[in-house]
Amino acid sequence: MSLLSVRDLRVEFSTPDGIVKAVDGISFDVNQGETLAIVGESGSGKSVSNLAYMGLLPKGKTKISGSVILQTQNGPVDLIGLEPDAIRKIRGKDIAMIFQDPMSALHPFYSIGDQLIEAHQAHNDVAKEVSRARAVELLSLVGVADAQERLRAYPHQFSGGMRQRVMIAMALMNNPSVLIADEPTTALDVTVQAQILKLIADLQKQFKMAVILITHDLGVVAGAADRVNVMYAGKLVESAGVDELYAKPKMPYTVGLLGSVPRMDRPHEDRLTAIPGQPPSLMKLSAGCAFAPRCSRKGEVPGNKCETTSPELIEISSGHLSRCHLYEGKTK
Amino acid sequence: MSEPLLEVSNLEKFFPVSGPGMFSRERGTNKAVNGISFNLNQGETLGLVGESGCGKSTAGRTLLKLYDPTSGSIKFEGEEISGYSSRKMKPLRTQMQMIFQDPQASLNPRQTVGAIISASYQVHNIKPEGGIKLAVQDLLERVGLSAEHFDRYPHEFSGGQRQRIGIARALALKPKFIVCDEPVSALDVSIQAQVVNLLSDLRDDFGLSYLFIAHDLSVVQHIADRVAVMYLGKIMEIAPTSSIYTAPHHPYTKALLSAVPIPDPKLERKREQIVLSGELPSPMSPPTGCVFSTRCWKAQAKCFTEEPKLRKVESSEVACHFPE
Repeated sequence: MSLLSVRDLRVEFSTPDGIVKAVDGISFDVNQGETLAIVGESGSGKSVSNLAYMGLLPKGKTKISGSVILQTQNGPVDLIGLEPDAIRKIRGKDIAMIFQDPMSALHPFYSIGDQLIEAHQAHNDVAKEVSRARAVELLSLVGVADAQERLRAYPHQFSGGMRQRVMIAMALMNNPSVLIADEPTTALDVTVQAQILKLIADLQKQFKMAVILITHDLGVVAGAADRVNVMYAGKLVESAGVDELYAKPKMPYTVGLLGSVPRMDRPHEDRLTAIPGQPPSLMKLSAGCAFAPRCSRKGEVPGNKCETTSPELIEISSGHLSRCHLYEGKTK
Repeated sequence: MSEPLLEVSNLEKFFPVSGPGMFSRERGTNKAVNGISFNLNQGETLGLVGESGCGKSTAGRTLLKLYDPTSGSIKFEGEEISGYSSRKMKPLRTQMQMIFQDPQASLNPRQTVGAIISASYQVHNIKPEGGIKLAVQDLLERVGLSAEHFDRYPHEFSGGQRQRIGIARALALKPKFIVCDEPVSALDVSIQAQVVNLLSDLRDDFGLSYLFIAHDLSVVQHIADRVAVMYLGKIMEIAPTSSIYTAPHHPYTKALLSAVPIPDPKLERKREQIVLSGELPSPMSPPTGCVFSTRCWKAQAKCFTEEPKLRKVESSEVACHFPE
């Protein structure tokens, strides 16, 4: 049984201009100790899908459906539809999250120590001293020197990379089984990014956590992930093991995405292969494949099918799913 | 060989840093650009890379005299411009332009695209053949938009299209030199590739010279002829693109390159990364000797006392006592 099991997750926002289907029926599983990367461009729904089951989307104008079963310490729980009180008991304990911008995720008025201790106290009925000791332990674990002293420091006294380390320490205070890392290194310089990615990988082994890594950077994914989910316009369009995906991408969007990444390991080429056009507006999606307007291979599918029928996600080889008419009828 | 389009020598830009409180006296100086020298030839693209806070954007802005340099010389087509007032700079502005990172912030939301680009002509009182509107519409088409976009507002465009508007504006006065300050960092990869390709096409068509400032070394590789690596306000290494990526000479360049992830899982697993320890020192009190000495794994006694000057090593210029 997988640790986290997402089935047919849908997120809709109602806006003055109409309904936006930000996440349109995605399903995936995450196992213990595994790193699943979710990649996609802005607006593809990669962040929103995870915020949805964490209960972090604004209520009222958001409609969430589907199921997300998490194996918690007290048995399996469906995170969708939980009351705020109930999700609060799970969030930060069984499943924790780190964000892109640690400056806006940390509270500027409270010391690092106060915030770390609060994260522990929220889930454990122990004396404050116990939580303080845990805070020192984790702060040293994530590589903050002089942890005892640094507990008294405020977020602005740390650099970007150090703040991200503090965020990671805070996320791990309660030994979560799943860590969601939403663009954890996007705001950081490459040299710092390398430090943070290494830290996450080391801690993942030590804590036997599953990591869901949300990113747009295919280089980061290559180094960190076991499996990769590619999202486009709210849908999962391809899913495969990391080696398979980079070696044999199937869906033309994935192929295009890999082609448009500038690569340092290749001899200097003059032109990048760009994907023409723009990502579609989620409000004006056609009945066909959302990628069809930008796809260079739609002519290969007979009968204008790409424009009229939305393809299903099918397994084209073991563990490799793709959403494209090109591969229909060619399964296994 | 003809004289370079741009000659920069010992350029410095320091910012005063005040103490806490509104009226407290100056506490120190931030040495954002601390003595850099390089040349840029006609039609050439120089990539300027480095981590945040290394002074690369300040360098770009100082070259265009958006900041007044603290000292040093900037020669544009042989003309010394470092001491020019903004009035004296005005005629040169048609020759030197800038493309900004965030097209959302650099386009006036209350003006139409047409008005934004037309302003360049009006400010400099230039009357293109066939009128301003026609010239602007031509430009819009040249950068991959369409003539109908003339009457639209910036918010009606996506990030990539807005960056195209910024490019059209920079091109309007037919400049010779454009500073591109992180022009693609705010864009998604698939769009990033479109804009990088557009910039190289325009360079070839109009014979432009770029200073291409970026933190992403892999993007720079695709557009630059030469690359300069900055660290704490100084240039560590300048080398042709063809050699710097394969044979970096400065330890910092080496570390920086090894930190860039490569989109190939098999290669990534094999690759040896140099993870730099420690943090970037403050530009208010840079280390003595070599500025990189505090984080360099090869540093020896000499590195902490004597500052290395840029010197020739094979096809590169390197500021290191012990180059690779």
